[in-house]
Amino acid sequence: MLLIRCPYCEEERPELEFRNAGEAHIARSGNIAGESDDDFEKFFFIRSNPKGIIYERWRHIHGCARFFNAVRDTVTDKFVMTYKAGEPKPSKLPKNGNEGVAK
Amino acid sequence: MSGAFRIPAAGRLKQAKTARFSFDGQSYTGIEGDTLASALLANGVHLVGRSFKYHRPRGILSAGAEEPNALVQIVRDDARKTPNVRATVQELYDGLAANSQNRWPSLSFDVGAVNDLASPMFSAGFYYKTFMWPKAAWKSLYEPKIREAAGLGVSPDRPDPDHYSSRYAHCDVLVLGGGAAGIAAALAAAETGVRVILADEQAEFGGSLRFESGARIDGQDGFAWAQGAVAKLAAMDNVRVLPRTTAFGYYAQNFVGLVERVSDHLKAPGHDLPRERLWQVRAKRVVLASGAIERHMVFANNDRPGVMLAGAARTFLNHYGVAVGRNVGVYTANDSAYAAAIDLKKAGVNVAAIVDLRDNPTGPVIDEARALGIEINFGRAVIRAGGKLRVSSMTVQPKNGGGERTIPVDAILMSAGWTPSVHLFSQSRGKVAFNDETKRFVPGTYAQDCVSVGACNGTDGLSGTVDEAYAAGAKAAKDAGAKAGKGSKPKVDASESWSRGMLGAAPGAGPDTTVKAFVDFQNDVTAKDIRQAVHEGMRSIEHVKRFTTNGMATDQGKTSNMHGLAIAAETLGKPIPEVGLTTFRAPYTPVTFGSIVSHARGPLFDPTRKTAIHPWAERQGAVFEDVGQWKRAWYFPKGGEDMHAAVDRECVGVRTNAGLFDASTLGKIEVVGPDAAKFMELLYTNPWEKLEPGRCRYGIMLREDGFIYDDGVVGRLAPDRFHVTTTTGGAPRVMNHMEDYLQTEFPHLNVWLTSITEQWAVIAVQGPKSRDIIAPLVEGIDMSDEALPHMSVREGKICGVPTRLFRMSFTGERGFEVNVPADYGQAVWEALWAEGQKHGAVAYGTEAMHVLRAEKGYIIVGQDTDGTVTPNDAGLDWAVGKKKTDFVGIRGMMRPDLVAKGRKQLVGLKTKDPKVVLEEGAQIVEDPRQPIPMKMIGHVTSSYWSQNCGRSIALALVAGGRDRMGDTLYVPMPDGVIEVEVTGMVFFDETGGRLNG
Ligand SMILES: [Zn+2]
Repeated sequence: MLLIRCPYCEEERPELEFRNAGEAHIARSGNIAGESDDDFEKFFFIRSNPKGIIYERWRHIHGCARFFNAVRDTVTDKFVMTYKAGEPKPSKLPKNGNEGVAK
Repeated sequence: MSGAFRIPAAGRLKQAKTARFSFDGQSYTGIEGDTLASALLANGVHLVGRSFKYHRPRGILSAGAEEPNALVQIVRDDARKTPNVRATVQELYDGLAANSQNRWPSLSFDVGAVNDLASPMFSAGFYYKTFMWPKAAWKSLYEPKIREAAGLGVSPDRPDPDHYSSRYAHCDVLVLGGGAAGIAAALAAAETGVRVILADEQAEFGGSLRFESGARIDGQDGFAWAQGAVAKLAAMDNVRVLPRTTAFGYYAQNFVGLVERVSDHLKAPGHDLPRERLWQVRAKRVVLASGAIERHMVFANNDRPGVMLAGAARTFLNHYGVAVGRNVGVYTANDSAYAAAIDLKKAGVNVAAIVDLRDNPTGPVIDEARALGIEINFGRAVIRAGGKLRVSSMTVQPKNGGGERTIPVDAILMSAGWTPSVHLFSQSRGKVAFNDETKRFVPGTYAQDCVSVGACNGTDGLSGTVDEAYAAGAKAAKDAGAKAGKGSKPKVDASESWSRGMLGAAPGAGPDTTVKAFVDFQNDVTAKDIRQAVHEGMRSIEHVKRFTTNGMATDQGKTSNMHGLAIAAETLGKPIPEVGLTTFRAPYTPVTFGSIVSHARGPLFDPTRKTAIHPWAERQGAVFEDVGQWKRAWYFPKGGEDMHAAVDRECVGVRTNAGLFDASTLGKIEVVGPDAAKFMELLYTNPWEKLEPGRCRYGIMLREDGFIYDDGVVGRLAPDRFHVTTTTGGAPRVMNHMEDYLQTEFPHLNVWLTSITEQWAVIAVQGPKSRDIIAPLVEGIDMSDEALPHMSVREGKICGVPTRLFRMSFTGERGFEVNVPADYGQAVWEALWAEGQKHGAVAYGTEAMHVLRAEKGYIIVGQDTDGTVTPNDAGLDWAVGKKKTDFVGIRGMMRPDLVAKGRKQLVGLKTKDPKVVLEEGAQIVEDPRQPIPMKMIGHVTSSYWSQNCGRSIALALVAGGRDRMGDTLYVPMPDGVIEVEVTGMVFFDETGGRLNG
């Protein structure tokens, strides 16, 4: 069981308290009704599914109930860092994933 | 006397404390502190089981958790018959009853042993090759027979009467393994004051100090030192000491699963004790001190009872005071077996000869053995063991061939060397590295915050082990945040030397293909099987493993993996690291389902939710159905009615007079805030801004893909307050969906969402007399049609308690839903029920509710829709705000496929024969004469007998359904084709006049 740091509660909590909510940083258009089929396809259907670093949404559903973003390595299953919903995609990742989470 | 093979001067058990036990019905006497294995050996019993495939007689190989052979069934009573218990792990208690397994009719005469004679048939890959044809016979014939013949033990056939407990724990340093290394590491960590847990699978700590008679630490015998050190640790407030506790799984982020055997060793465990306790420990640092496991020598008939590991024989002698024979032979490729010979010789057991595969080894143990007058043969091999139910001789030959010599023995002690136990390290995703010099896989690259110490790290010798472990324990504590400790390192005064051994087959393992030189005892895999696998084209060790089943038994190849790998590598002509090591997986040793399930069984498996009105329904004799976690009243049978009769009566009763229905399970969410209406506009297809406070609307919620996600009636209590209802099953996901959009897409909206499902009990009162029933109990609400029209909501009081009174209908009749605080639910229900009795009201359940709504064509999301249905498909276009520029699903609904012609649409179906009720889920075709497979154009989603309509009714999703009104379609069923007519969805009161009737 993973430990995940909730950026709102500011502590690590067991995975059981969280639920994954899919890939992060996929913005819903302010004019969604006017989007082309291609743009809607990109927004709604296409996901990156990388081997390695993924940016994804999690919800601390059995805790503070907030949605937040996390950076996780899909190879090692390690959380590199977590940050609040609405914050920009981090441009730099901490070197040691484990320590980044622990701090 | 506790057995003829007990040596009173040897061992640590107190001879006076005897315990009686039985094995296969025969009574024996052992001593408290014995394992079942040591007690049997003390009584001269070596034959304890039959092997898995060949049914060969098997004895006790080891003295620990790695035991592959001595698996027995422990019987406490009719319900407690635990199979596959390792006799080397089971502690003896007075009255213990054990049975051998896998034999019929008896252990010494087993009919299944014919497999041994027929063994050329049973070679590697046998199952794959022999039973693949004809394919159909595998399931019906071969598999059941093979399982019957080859099964390991018999499962208990009654529910487990024991209980199990579960604990979570956190610590700074978790030390796994309580031998010299683990104890030293725990001492170093504990002295700094950090929280330490020390666990060991044995009843007593000490590990190999149990048999290493030459070890002395801090001026004491090694084992005595271990007991003192653990007692000191146990007395410290910051230390938890867990004996009889196996770390079985090492998971992400230093999360370790341990199982503690709490009462299996007790004569009569009280019911206040769990049988086992699961520990889920999160540690800042883990110290792995899991030791090493001795390997056997691979030679012909090395499985005969009486052939055992040298270290095990030493344990039985030095700890339990048991001689494993009177005239033993030793076969070795390393030094440690000499110590066994020396200890036994000194205890008065004759050592017939030591056979050492090495050419001219030297060292103190060899000198000592020679000085004791033991015959030593270098450069020779034991090429076969004699005897059947018990070893009777060993045949010795120079290792490069030559004259044979047979030496009578009643036990053979063997040692090919020691394999570091890297199981937990490997489970932690660490990568092992092969040390070519010592021929061992040892921890290489670490993936987690852990460290290996002692024998599991490939560290030889007690002194080096204690040094390494003490330093590692101190460092782990420091890394976990500790200050320096104030203790001192244990001083090793005397220790035994270790040396490398050999891997793979010894000369006595073939090449003769009839020879049975076992590599894996539990799965009956021989050296020949491994060679054959390679000859048949298996190249990777993973393939060899699956083809031969080497290492795949319940012992997971603790003694066999390295030998199997070495034989495969030799046959392939490749170095061992290139062939690779198979993956170690949890659990390290078998774990009971009980300990994993713990209390989560029976009523505690999943919470049961009951409404406030549930006790009333129970008293009325309601039959309940499960809806998610809820228990809902399904129907209320009266005077011997069956379900059909009760539902008919309830349905007619509602439309004739009135009915009361417990709708409390409906999901309820309060949407509150200055932007509540804006939020509702975005989450539902309908327009909300202009809905007057006090009015209700049927709302549809979509996902972004444009498909219906949920529905429900929403009441606007105030400009900034909506009372939203959801489907019973949909409440949690609707709440999650709303929170997701509010928090991440529309965070600028000033809105709060609160689940109020459990706060309000809901009593639906439906039918022409509904207002007459409610009105006398209501205060402060004008109940006239003008003041409280259909689809409106008022706050006031009923029976003196606050209510949100909805005028709404899921039956098509004049109807109300009375919301009251849940604590008053039952009282208000009873008051309404009493009032209802004056008007001939019935109580109705979920089945009647379903029929009544279907008579009106009201859909149930999840039954009439399936996640691929749009509002248009469901005939609900009217509920989509045409002028809206945004809501969740607005763009999805425009996708080409969702606006294409010929989509499945919800319609009504009437069977040509009104008495025939369609089956829900039945497929619909245009032409029943087509060849099979027919083209299916839709399916039945809802279907009932409607007493009110005097006929069956159904709803169905049919391709282009609304263009087929009046058409005849067909529903092919196993016993004939049913003709149906496509109709509108409303079967009763098409004009809707009864809403105000
Ligand atoms: Zn949180």
